[in-house]
This record gives sequence, C-alpha cells and structure tokens, in this order.
Amino acid sequence: MSVLVYIDTLSGKITKSGMEAVQYGSKIGDTTVITNGAIDTNQLAQLGGYGASKVLVNRNLLVNDASQVSRLVKAAIAAVGAKTIVFSQDLTGKAVAPMISASLKAGLVSGAIALPTADGKIKVNVFSGKAFGIVKVNTEKSVITLTPNSVGVTEGTGQATVEDFSADLGAPSYTTKEIKKQEGDILLPEAGLVVSAGRGLKGPENWGIVEDLAKALGAATACSRPVADIGWRPHHEHVGQTGVAIRPNLYIAIGISGAIQHLAGVNGSKVIVVINTDPEAPFFKAADYGIVGDAFEILPKLTAEINKLKALN
Amino acid sequence: MKLLVCISKSPDTTSKIDFTDNNTKFNESGVQYIVNPYDEWYALVRALELKEQFGGSVTTISVGGVDEEPIIRKALAIGADDAVRIDSEAGDAYYTAFQISEYAKSNGFDVVFTGKETINYNGSQVGGMLAELLNIPFISLATKLDFNGSVATIMKEMVGGDEVIELSTPFVISAAKGMAEQRIPNMRGIMAARTKPLQVIAPAPCDHLVSYESYELPSAKKECKYVDANNMGELVSLLHNEAKVI
Repeated sequence: MSVLVYIDTLSGKITKSGMEAVQYGSKIGDTTVITNGAIDTNQLAQLGGYGASKVLVNRNLLVNDASQVSRLVKAAIAAVGAKTIVFSQDLTGKAVAPMISASLKAGLVSGAIALPTADGKIKVNVFSGKAFGIVKVNTEKSVITLTPNSVGVTEGTGQATVEDFSADLGAPSYTTKEIKKQEGDILLPEAGLVVSAGRGLKGPENWGIVEDLAKALGAATACSRPVADIGWRPHHEHVGQTGVAIRPNLYIAIGISGAIQHLAGVNGSKVIVVINTDPEAPFFKAADYGIVGDAFEILPKLTAEINKLKALN
Repeated sequence: MKLLVCISKSPDTTSKIDFTDNNTKFNESGVQYIVNPYDEWYALVRALELKEQFGGSVTTISVGGVDEEPIIRKALAIGADDAVRIDSEAGDAYYTAFQISEYAKSNGFDVVFTGKETINYNGSQVGGMLAELLNIPFISLATKLDFNGSVATIMKEMVGGDEVIELSTPFVISAAKGMAEQRIPNMRGIMAARTKPLQVIAPAPCDHLVSYESYELPSAKKECKYVDANNMGELVSLLHNEAKVI
C-alpha cells in the first residue's frame, strides 16, 4: 500500500512529531514524505532512517497557508497514488487534514494513538482523554492524524531519495503580517518530559527553580490555566482543556491542584509526578508518584539529584 | 455582517464517561449537556461582539435531533438572533460539515465560526471540511479576530508560535481561547430566546466516511506512591529504575 506523510519543517528542521508520523506511515506501507520550507537535502534524506523511501519537497512554499499546503498534498497524493495519508495531529494537521478528507471524500481518523489493526480499525482519543474510540474508515482512501507522543519514534539507519516537487499552489488565502516565535527549543506538544507549575509557585519571579529542573531534565515547561490567564507565563505553555493536550512520558506537576479541566490536558501522560503542599489536592488521585511538601524546598533538591544521575550516565 | 456559528452539544466537563450496549454507545443517563465550550465561549461570543460593533446578524446552526434544542435556546439566550437545526442524528464530522455547507451555500455568510474542537470527539474536523466544501479559506485555531471594513485581522496559533494574518471575507474560522470571554445569559435574554426563530430543516443525503465502532475506558490508575519530601534521591531512582522515564 502506498502511504503519503505530510510533515512540517520548522526553522529548517524536522520536528520530532514529524519523524513519529513518518515512522507510523512506514509501518502501514511504502512511505513517501511531502514537505515544504527551507530545509537542506541531507536532513530530508535522513528520514530514510524513520522508514521513508522517498521525500518530496517544495521549497517555494515557506508559510503554512492551509489552502496552499492542501493543494501541495493533493498533488503529491495524485503523483504517488497514495491510499493512506498521514499527518501529525499538530496545528498544521488539524487545519489541512480535514480539507484533504472533504476534498477526496476520504474518511478522516483524527487523533490516532495506535496503528490500524489487521481489519483496519484505529484507536483514537475521545472525551478529552477520558476514553478511547475505535474508528473504522468506510472509504477506499483514508486520512489519519497521529497524536504526538502516542507511538514513539526510534531512529534507524537508511537514506531516502529526495526530489523537488512543484505543484500549482494557487494564490495564498491570506497575507502574513507578523510571526511571533515561541522561546525555547522544545515544542511542548511533542516534548517527552514536561515540568509544569501552577499558582502554588506564588509569582512569576519564582519560576527559576522550575526552569532549573526543566533544564536538568531536558524538559519543556508548562503551566496551569490561572497562571497563563494572569500572565505569569506565556499562553502557549497552558496545558488543559482550553490549552494544549499533551502526552509526555513524564509530567511533573508542581503546585497545581489538578482540576478536571487540567487533567483533561495531561491524562495521556505515561507517568505523572505531583508535588503539592496540600495532601488533599485532587491531582494526587491521578498521580503515579506524589510528594507532599513545599516546592521551594523540594525542587532544588530534586534538580540536584537529577544532575547527580546525569553525571553518572 | 452576516455571521454563522456552528454549535454542538457536549457532555458537561465534569460528566462521568461510560458506555452501554456492549461499549458501542455513550451512556447518557444522568449526563448534563452543555453548548460545547469552544463553540459558546469563543465562537458565539466573538460573533455577538462583532455584531454589536458593526451590525448584522448572528445565526447558529446545529446538526442533531430535538434533544439539541435546549443548547440551541441557550445560544439564543446569550444573544444569537436566530437558529437553524438540521434534523438528523449527527453522524461523522463529514456528514455534519456537509449538512452545514448545504445551508451556508444558499444563505451567503461573511464568516462561519466553529469552536476549535468538541470536548467529546476532539476531532477538529468540521471547520476544515466545511471550508473545503464551501471553497473558501479556513483559518484554524484563531485567538483574536478584528475587522477593518471587510478585511479581517486574525491572530492564529501555528507550530512553534503565533501568526498575525489578514484576509477578506468570506472564510471559516475555528475559535480557541483568547477570542472572547464567556457570557452568562440574563433573564431578559432567556425570556427572549423562547420566541426567537428556530428553523428545522431536513438533512440532505450524505454518506458517513468513518464510523465509531466501539469505545474503551482507560485502565484504572494504580495507587499513587508517596515519596518523602526529604528523599528526592528515592524519587529520581524510582523514575529512572522503576518507571524508566528518565
């Protein structure tokens, strides 16, 4: 079966969730990747290590205008005769995959967390992480968006062939006036380790100990809704129902009580550590490991122990 | 400005989620339905603010049976002028998008709003499909929307940041947090909602592209293991050797 995977490139780099989507596709069938942006051929060839046989790149399309990306992907689907089209369930996938689905009348499975079974059924997240749905596609072609961090990614060896790919992209659907890049190198939705803090930190000036711990772990930082709402932290760090939903391997929640809306954004995490002064905080019910105590005393000790571990390995 | 807001019912955030009929149906007993929060707090309220600023009308549209009507009346109480219900059990997202597109095509709207996703299916599908079916641009995960004449300025989320863009109507926009603040309907709104027009129309024939075959609940979480606040060495050892996450 022929599979086409669309991936984003970000500042000339391939994202981790992009690699995960490529590897996912390669387990379904012979995988061609379609991408755009200013990225060098060597990097794209390395997608062979994640199972891609071929990479098609359009370097003229620099922004992620959904209409233009959609036309690019449709042209690539036609060129390779793809039956299954895979996106990461990220901001681009959420915009473009439904357009492709409606245009081709190909069933869309969004938020997949597992490979299709032998009879073609796919498990997805529903009810904000409180349940899973088993979805069957009723059409010959299918479009799948893969939840980041759901199947993981392992690097292999191999080189993909890289070809320039042009298509009629039509006019842009909008004019970009400004792009505001986030600070930090680790994208929160695809981060494997996340250190998150809430109102228990008492003020934005106290985030140093959170950042120190995140740095020691190589983790992304996140926060609860009240903290983003009062402007202590940027809004893109807000995890929860109205913010981003994440599923890292490790989620450390510091001074966050664990309201149901917050849990909806993190209940897919593999391991949850909760640090809170209040032993009755509801978050402990969702935790794998709990520490009752003062974050201001605990975090520096935890950071020191992590650094000790890193020094040994 | 003629604005259309897609609204859907979803179980209240605190609902207990379980399933019946051999795990093929959502168990609705005791479940309180609300307007999907993204549709209400962000999409509908921003549409109402724009109408208050520039004039025009706000119509809501839903695909669903009679049991959809309480949440439609809620949207009318908050301030929508009129409502349309396409009388059909919503199937998959394509079915819903197709029904809305058939109505929108013959009624010409400047902006069609959706919430960024529903809190029950979390698909983020209807907006993009709708835009494709209407052959107009789709702006997803918008956090700000303003107008200068017929030109919209929008802030939207993108991978690794935010983007500020401009485009002309018509377009479909999916609304995320930041767009507006929740509004509580007042008594006058609730009274007025009872007599506002709610048009019920028959669905157009359309296939389901996908079907939800069954549901599963996550396995029960293990008991939390407590670690002494003075023993962070033990926590690091558990995370490294037992959980194997660091």
